[in-house]
Amino acid sequence: MSLFNLFRRQSSAPVARERLQILLAHERARRGQPDLLAVLREDILAAIAKHVPVNQDSVVVRMDRGSTVSTLEIDVELPNSIDERIAVGF
Amino acid sequence: MAKVLVVTSGKGGVGKTTTTAALGAALAQSGQKVVVVDFDVGLRNLDLVMGAERRVVFDLINVVQGTAKLSQALIKDKRIETLYLLPASQTRDKDALTEQGVASVIRELRGKFDWVICDSPAGIERGATLAMRYADAAVIVTNPEVSSVRDSDRIIGLLDSKTEKAEKGGRVEKHILITRYDMARATRGEMLSIEDVLDILSTPLLGIIPESQEVLRASNIGQPVTVASAMSAPGRAYHDAARRLSGETLPMTIPTERVRLFEKLFGRRAA
Repeated sequence: MSLFNLFRRQSSAPVARERLQILLAHERARRGQPDLLAVLREDILAAIAKHVPVNQDSVVVRMDRGSTVSTLEIDVELPNSIDERIAVGF
Repeated sequence: MAKVLVVTSGKGGVGKTTTTAALGAALAQSGQKVVVVDFDVGLRNLDLVMGAERRVVFDLINVVQGTAKLSQALIKDKRIETLYLLPASQTRDKDALTEQGVASVIRELRGKFDWVICDSPAGIERGATLAMRYADAAVIVTNPEVSSVRDSDRIIGLLDSKTEKAEKGGRVEKHILITRYDMARATRGEMLSIEDVLDILSTPLLGIIPESQEVLRASNIGQPVTVASAMSAPGRAYHDAARRLSGETLPMTIPTERVRLFEKLFGRRAA
C-alpha cells in the first residue's frame, strides 16, 4: 500500500458498477421464466412426499452462484418417528 | 392528444411523488392541462406534497367504484390554473383498484387533459402495475445507488411486458430521471456516474436532479419544487425535464446551486 493510498480511499463506484452488471445479466436472463428455486423446491417436495410424509417447511433449497460453477444445496429434515415406516416400506 | 405518463421506480423513497408534483406543475405552467393521479392507495402523499391535503373529499377509489363523479374528485390547484390532482384513498387498500375501473378513469381523463401523470406506489405489486398499465410513457426515477438501479431494471422489464401498450406489440416510451445526484461525490468515484447508470439500464436520460435542500423545503411548505423555488438547482432541472417531455431538445446540464455569500455566512433563512 503506497503512501498515496493512505490518504485516498479506493473509489467504490467501479465496484458498484461491476456488481450491478453481473447481477442484472443474471436477472435479465431469468426474466419471464418461473423462479427456478421455487419450482425445484415444489418438485423435490412432491417427490419426497410420495414416500415419506414431510412438512412443507422442512425442505430448504439453497443456491450459491459462483463465477464458473454454481451449487444447489437441498436440505430435507425428516422426523425420527418415521424411520420405522421407511424401514418397513423398503 | 393526451399522453399518459407513469412516474415509477420500484424502490421507495427515490423521489416519485416529488417528481410527479414537480413535472406536473412545470408542464401546467407552460399552459398545458395536467392532472396528477396518486396511485398509492392507503399511503397517499401527493396531496400533501402539492399542499392540497385539506381539500380532499373524494378520491380515485370513489371514482373507480362509481360512488363519486370524476369532476367531484378532481382538485384544482390554487396556484396554477391548468393543474389538477386526483388523490388516492387513505382508508381503502390497493385491492379496491380494478383493472377495468382504472381503465375507465384513465379514458375519461384522456378526454379532459393534455397530460395524465400517474404517481406509482413503490414495489411491483397491484398498485404499481395498475399505475403503469395504460401508460404511453414512463419516467423511471433512479438514484445513483445499486439497489435503486437494480429495481429500475426490474421496472423496465415490467414496462416492456405488462403494460397494455407492450401487450399490443407497442412500446412504452421510457425515460430515466436521475435524482439526488451529488456531483462532488460522483467526481470522487463514491457514487455511480450518470454514464454508469445509463449504460447499465440502456435507457435514455430525461434529466439529472441534483441533491438539494430545496426539495425538502418545497415539500415542507406543500408546493412542487418547480413552483416553490423555480430558479433553484432542482427547480431548473425539473423545468428542463418537463420541456424535454414536451418534445424540446435541450443540452443536458446539471444545474448547481448558486449559494450567495450572505446565506453562506448567516445560514439560510427559514422557509
